[in-house]
Amino acid sequence: MGRDAARGAVLAVYEGVVQDLIDELGRLPNIGPKSAQRIAFHLLQADPVDVRRLADVLVRVKETVRFCELCGNVASAARCRVCLDPRRDPTVLCVVEESKDVVAIERTREFRGRYHVLGGAISPIDGVGPDDLRIRELMTRLADGSVTELILATDPNLEGEATATYLARLVKPLTADGALRITRLASGLPVGGDLEYADEVTLGRAFEGRRSLDV
Amino acid sequence: MRLSHLSLVDFRSYAGLELALEAGVGVLVGPNGQGKTNVIEAIGYLANQGSHRVAQDAPLVRAGAERAVVRGAVRHEDRTAMIELEINPGRSNRARLNRAPVNRPRDVLGYLRTVLFAPEDLALVKGDPAERRRFLDELLVARAPRYAGVRADYERALKQRNALLKSASMMRRAARGGQVPDLSTLDVWDAHLAKAGAHLLAARLELLRALSPLADKAYGTIAGHPGAMLEYRPSCPLDPHVRDGGDTVGVAPAPDPMGRGRRREVDELEAALAVALSRSRAEEVERGVTLVGPHRDDVLFAIDHGGGALPAKTYASHGESWSFALAVKLASYDLLRSDGIEPVLLLDDVFAELDTARRTHLAAVAASAEQVLITAAVDADVPPELDGVRYRVAKGSVTRGDTVT
Ligand SMILES: Nc1ncnc2c1ncn2[C@@H]1O[C@H](COP(=O)(O)OP(=O)(O)OP(=O)(O)O)[C@@H](O)[C@H]1O
Ligand SMILES: [Mg+2]
Ligand SMILES: [Zn+2]
Repeated sequence: MGRDAARGAVLAVYEGVVQDLIDELGRLPNIGPKSAQRIAFHLLQADPVDVRRLADVLVRVKETVRFCELCGNVASAARCRVCLDPRRDPTVLCVVEESKDVVAIERTREFRGRYHVLGGAISPIDGVGPDDLRIRELMTRLADGSVTELILATDPNLEGEATATYLARLVKPLTADGALRITRLASGLPVGGDLEYADEVTLGRAFEGRRSLDV
Repeated sequence: MRLSHLSLVDFRSYAGLELALEAGVGVLVGPNGQGKTNVIEAIGYLANQGSHRVAQDAPLVRAGAERAVVRGAVRHEDRTAMIELEINPGRSNRARLNRAPVNRPRDVLGYLRTVLFAPEDLALVKGDPAERRRFLDELLVARAPRYAGVRADYERALKQRNALLKSASMMRRAARGGQVPDLSTLDVWDAHLAKAGAHLLAARLELLRALSPLADKAYGTIAGHPGAMLEYRPSCPLDPHVRDGGDTVGVAPAPDPMGRGRRREVDELEAALAVALSRSRAEEVERGVTLVGPHRDDVLFAIDHGGGALPAKTYASHGESWSFALAVKLASYDLLRSDGIEPVLLLDDVFAELDTARRTHLAAVAASAEQVLITAAVDADVPPELDGVRYRVAKGSVTRGDTVT
């Protein structure tokens, strides 16, 4: 109780724009009140030119970077580099949680198909359900039957596994006549982890050893 | 194994403590409120990453400090492991093994094993089911640290499922049954919950099968007659074939010396849990919480004087309850010992609570331990046969006194 009171006192000291800055920073992922305060004071004491550059890049990134209309990956045009590349195999689709996972998989040079970025994983704790992910878009892409292998490459943690299970059950009807194969990355990936942090060799091997998923 | 060194930073009343410890008997002596139990609690925390006194970590951090650090050097055979835990209430703890950071605090479980006896043990017999679940699960993890991962998986899946059920039940209430909430992902959480739950259940049942006879034997020695029974009480039928209103469930399968049935047992438990979850789904959606599974189970402690078993929680006298708690703890000590690693024995204020016969028995066990740490307000509270190093505890400092021989 004393500790909470002490924290409240820290927050109430700053007013106006300084407090606004601390609040905004505190909304960023992995930044607690203490860190927000530290960053805010760092910015207050920093060279105005440096701060202006940071502010510019923040505005520019929001104005110029978009999400690919097809796969949801970050893009600087309507479609991302992978979707625009005619050499990529359109029959193999790899489903990932975030754009950063696309970067991780591209580094392995093991995969020549295309991607579908969900925008997260199912997690009721965070209020994320299937409707909050790009699952409807995925079903649309699968509808014409041109995709023959769907690789579920969500993170090897509980939420990623649950999302993979959910998707596998959802697309199961499409696998009936053998027109679509569903695979999951081979284990060997550290369980409870993020795809992004898996090293290239491990991730590459996981791609080679991917297995069919029965549900 | 033994703890050869303990250091504390901002743990409870200790701003800083460096304490060298030896094998054999060590007694922490000092008046009330000087910090004896705090030392025992810190050692227990190093082993189990939980306190025997409080459920939350916040009280463990010295008032006014931000975090606490508990560090210990554990000698086992001819090797020493340095384990370090940084306790950050409200955030995740951090851990180091031999000075190198590990991914998760649970990666350092198993390097130190302890069995702690304390006045709080009475809650094992008289308290809520949660006390008995915690006891079982802690012992499980002490024997096989990988179960910390199984527990974490189960708890995470449970949390996710409960979050979904809660939002569904709130939606139903708001719509007065009109709009049907989206439960399309509930099947998925059921599957993951049943899988993790089955592993946890199988391990608990196996543990109880090993523990029960040891507890009965210990109870016989302490109370003068046998008759202590430990029986798992699941919150749902564990036989997948029992679909309707099965009251009693056989939870002790035939002996399986080859361990071949283990895989099958897990599969069957998974199927049973899946059935139970689907049967209680309507009520769970209504109430917004998961009602069946290992997080709702209990262990029945019963005493049979010859005329049938009676639940200790509601029937046992104060003395019998103490004997039962002591017997269960002694059984866990025996079990850990039989695995081949001597746990460190921690006795907090227990001798003062016991009559002569039970004192003598516990003293004999303590005398045989590789290392035992005992707290007492005065030297006279410690049975004379427990000679060893005395440590004087006063105002948050510990000084080594004479060796009593
Ligand atoms: N987080 C904390 N910060 C500061 N002091 C604390 C904290 N938690 C407990 N204490 C203090 O530690 C003391 C209790 O220590 P402890 O429980 O180890 O006593 P003890 O020596 O075992 O006493 P007894 O003989 O009565 O069991 C109390 O004075 C209490 O105020
Ligand atoms: Mg005490
Ligand atoms: Zn794209």
